[in-house]
Amino acid sequence: MYTQALNTSDADDRHIEDAGRAAAFQARIDAEERIEPNDWMPAAYRKTLTRQISQHAHSEIVGMLPEGNWITRAPSLRRKAALLAKVQDECGHGLYLYAAAETLGASREELVDLMLAGKAKYSSIFNYPTLTWADIGVIGWLVDGAAIMNQIPLCRCSYGPYARAMIRVCKEESFHQRQGYEIMLTLARGSEEQKAMAQDALDRWWWPVLMMFGPPDQASQHSDTSTMWKIKRFSNDELRQKFVDATVPQAQYLGLTIPDPGMKQNADGHWEYSAIDWDEFKQVLAGNGPCNRDRLAARRKAHDDGAWVREAAQAYAEKRKHRQVAQAAE
Amino acid sequence: MATPNTPLWEVFIRSRNGLAHKHVGSLHAFDATMAVQAARDLYTRRGEGLSIWVVPSSAITASDPSDKGMMFEPAESKIYRHPTFYDVPDEVGHM
Ligand SMILES: [Fe+2]
Ligand SMILES: [Fe+2]
Repeated sequence: MYTQALNTSDADDRHIEDAGRAAAFQARIDAEERIEPNDWMPAAYRKTLTRQISQHAHSEIVGMLPEGNWITRAPSLRRKAALLAKVQDECGHGLYLYAAAETLGASREELVDLMLAGKAKYSSIFNYPTLTWADIGVIGWLVDGAAIMNQIPLCRCSYGPYARAMIRVCKEESFHQRQGYEIMLTLARGSEEQKAMAQDALDRWWWPVLMMFGPPDQASQHSDTSTMWKIKRFSNDELRQKFVDATVPQAQYLGLTIPDPGMKQNADGHWEYSAIDWDEFKQVLAGNGPCNRDRLAARRKAHDDGAWVREAAQAYAEKRKHRQVAQAAE
Repeated sequence: MATPNTPLWEVFIRSRNGLAHKHVGSLHAFDATMAVQAARDLYTRRGEGLSIWVVPSSAITASDPSDKGMMFEPAESKIYRHPTFYDVPDEVGHM
């Protein structure tokens, strides 16, 4: 994942554009053509995508932290190898996405610096702590599950480089969800303590996971432009409902209870969930979630600790270049 | 201090089945050796390929999208370049 419709299109920039080119652009979108980096595009389309793709990239990178917390404490070598591979995949997802964002004209370094300065958002979900091993199961099962729900339609996004990155990401995600569900299944079939641990993790993550799909449809003002540009194919509430409907039977199979006593299945077979606490969501986005400060501090430390490596690699590359130039001149 | 920019490379991978190298994406690296190593970690974690090419992105010359018509439309009217343009009776068999 993790594109969370945090803030969407910059529709206001549109009026300054050449109306003819904008109409031709929209006609291409309507014909399901893919827009490529060198094609003409409205400034607002470029800006919206740069922000969405870079937020998505930051989320992948910050998303390594809660799971990285358990790599050294995984209960077996099998679990450890799987978790390590998953976290490495998330790093890869971040890099594919930064590369896609760069095709729009921003540089990765500039995007990363914005994130480190606290000026760019990432998915709210990664500001929650991973307190027990069961949290690793829930993250794979539900957080990656929600991510997949969100990312599958993005494989058909109108912007070519983003859509192609998403196809790659989606191929890799399914192992993430399956390894998480397997952890949950093992715990759910284990001792009373293990079952309780699995239930506790589900209780803590359920609502934050539902918030991953972003604000309810009535509250997000700009999604209409993202929809018009075919960046977004389903509304936040539609995706959230799909996710809930897919998840309820999985939880039932585990013998776990979704922490929503008011939840019921309606006549159409959809599971209706209770009201989401959007104040909590706003607080987490505003920087007041349980781990916001920790996450940023960890990213800054990793970036600062790696500075000497970047400097050394650059110095070495420059030295070799000068030597080659000197040899060529001889 | 702003982070200095690192050169961008385009990555091409030849998959197991003997096809040509195919563009898979891009990455940042200070030199070609590091670019190949990073490409291996980033693009071949699941046996995707047997050979990697990296090319500095700045070395690529692309056609201009606004020349698309001039460049590619002439081919569209030349249907006689395709085998289906020619009638061969069924009795002749596969040709
Ligand atoms: Fe991911
Ligand atoms: Fe994932």
